Amino acid sequence: MARSIVTSERPRGWSGIGRTVLAPFLRFRESSVAVVVVLLGFYFWTANNAFFTSDNIATISQLTAPTAIIAYGETMLLICGEIDLSVGQVFALAPFIMDFVNQAGVPLPASVVLALIASIAVGFLNGLFTVFLRVPSFVATLGMLFLLNGVTLTISHGFPVHTPGGAFFTAVMGQAGFAEIVWALGLLGVMHLVLAHTRFGLHTIATGGNLVGASEAGVRVGAVKMANFMLTSLFGGFAGILEAVRIRSTDPLAGGTEAMFAAVVGAVIGGTALAGGSGTIIGAMLGTLLVSVLKDGFTLLGVSAFTFDMILGVAILVAMVLNVRLSTLRRGGQV
Amino acid sequence: MSATAADAIRTEDIVKRFGAVTALAGVTMHLAKGEVLGLIGDNGAGKSTLVKILCGFLQPTEGRIYLDGREVRLRSVTHARSLGIETVYQDLALIPELTVYQNMFLNRELTGRPLPLLNHREMKLRAEACLREMGVRIPSVNTEVAKLSGGQRQSIAIARSVYSQAKVLLLDEPLAAMGAKEGALILGLIRNLKAKGDVSMIVIAHNYAQVLEVCDRVNLLEHGTVALDKPARETSVEELTELVVREYRAAAQGGHR
Repeated sequence: MARSIVTSERPRGWSGIGRTVLAPFLRFRESSVAVVVVLLGFYFWTANNAFFTSDNIATISQLTAPTAIIAYGETMLLICGEIDLSVGQVFALAPFIMDFVNQAGVPLPASVVLALIASIAVGFLNGLFTVFLRVPSFVATLGMLFLLNGVTLTISHGFPVHTPGGAFFTAVMGQAGFAEIVWALGLLGVMHLVLAHTRFGLHTIATGGNLVGASEAGVRVGAVKMANFMLTSLFGGFAGILEAVRIRSTDPLAGGTEAMFAAVVGAVIGGTALAGGSGTIIGAMLGTLLVSVLKDGFTLLGVSAFTFDMILGVAILVAMVLNVRLSTLRRGGQV
Repeated sequence: MSATAADAIRTEDIVKRFGAVTALAGVTMHLAKGEVLGLIGDNGAGKSTLVKILCGFLQPTEGRIYLDGREVRLRSVTHARSLGIETVYQDLALIPELTVYQNMFLNRELTGRPLPLLNHREMKLRAEACLREMGVRIPSVNTEVAKLSGGQRQSIAIARSVYSQAKVLLLDEPLAAMGAKEGALILGLIRNLKAKGDVSMIVIAHNYAQVLEVCDRVNLLEHGTVALDKPARETSVEELTELVVREYRAAAQGGHR
């Protein structure tokens, strides 16, 4: 019974150099997005040499970072089979909470922590409605979206306020040239580790891949979903605080559905399946980066915002078609 | 009849009613240690209900279950599992997006220290060793389950249950929807497990030839009771088929005349 389990059968179909070169790209879905980012960057650079200046790189990093941070959470949630539409409103609410708590006399770092705890509480409620009261997350978080928007507008009276903070705090929390992207890359590392190398990550994939099967295996699918709702809100709140600190203004209309959709688009272009079960954090970052590069490049070229939306729409559709095609190929064992 | 310690599992007069419908009308059966018992019967005979009771998913309306000679009340699937009763469902409960070794270690993952990170290396090695010992052949433990054939998936599901130190394995139609080659693969796997003698199995199946090939004994369920209990070598495909079909024939003839 000492037979080897590794059979020598190789999938047939295509062979030679083409296979050797293409296979890694198909196997690691992020790599195709990375290639597109590089190609786009190269194109914009040749079209306008202002593209590769440190100022513009900083601009791209500022476009990317907050959305990418939201996208990490949204990716986790999509992988386990749920979605959070309210995360853009947590983005707007969190810095107001930080501001109010700080004005009430709490030191700023502690105010940040309290604002993040409040964000987690929103995720807890989203999870409660979805997991225990069985409202589909699309609807539950849609309700939360309006509720939070109303709360933020009410407590702010609809006006932006100056974000508090001394020089050091402000620099670290987003204003220093690359502070936001450093946060985003740090969290990228942490979340990649969480998704690919912890039980929680594995259980998140299992929950989205086969809910019944996962629970039959004893995975606490409800707890996994709850945790991911809280994680998403936490990241939404954190990104909101970073942005409020960076632009020195806490705006009740910051973030919103635009930030939320941008994060979902980043996740989806990065290869996350809306139906759950698959996706990567690196993909979410690259997907977000791709959209930022497009947005920035078109602005440099003077392409109108209207055209940009059209291109973005096409990009999403192409990404999704490729996603479906590639996963069919992968499933067929051809790659 | 009293339970004997030689039986891995034993039931006495199991009755299960769903409202006015009686699914099981007093099932008394036993499974000896190390034995493979074939459970056959037509659709609606009560096979699935019996298995669901034995795996703790359903509670019997009446009757007793003995495990290793001790009476038990199986409160839930988790409870039954903690007592060493593992079920391989028809849907297999595998996660298509995860790899073979990730599925085998789902919810009992090995983690390292001090950081609780997954020990992929060790899990792969152990999964490979386990599958090799059981004679399961797959391309690699790194393969996503979605890429495997039906037979390979079934093997992984069985291997996973055995790896969890199951004492009693319930296999719900392990050969359903499988070609001859794949079926032979699973039968080989069951035979390997039997040779080792650590686990007793109940196999539900429709293909009588295959049942007789791999089982020690056959129980035929009919109208919620055990209508036949014979060692496999004392019966034949013809006899079993005849027993299952005769009623239909009687009913059909009665209906036509």
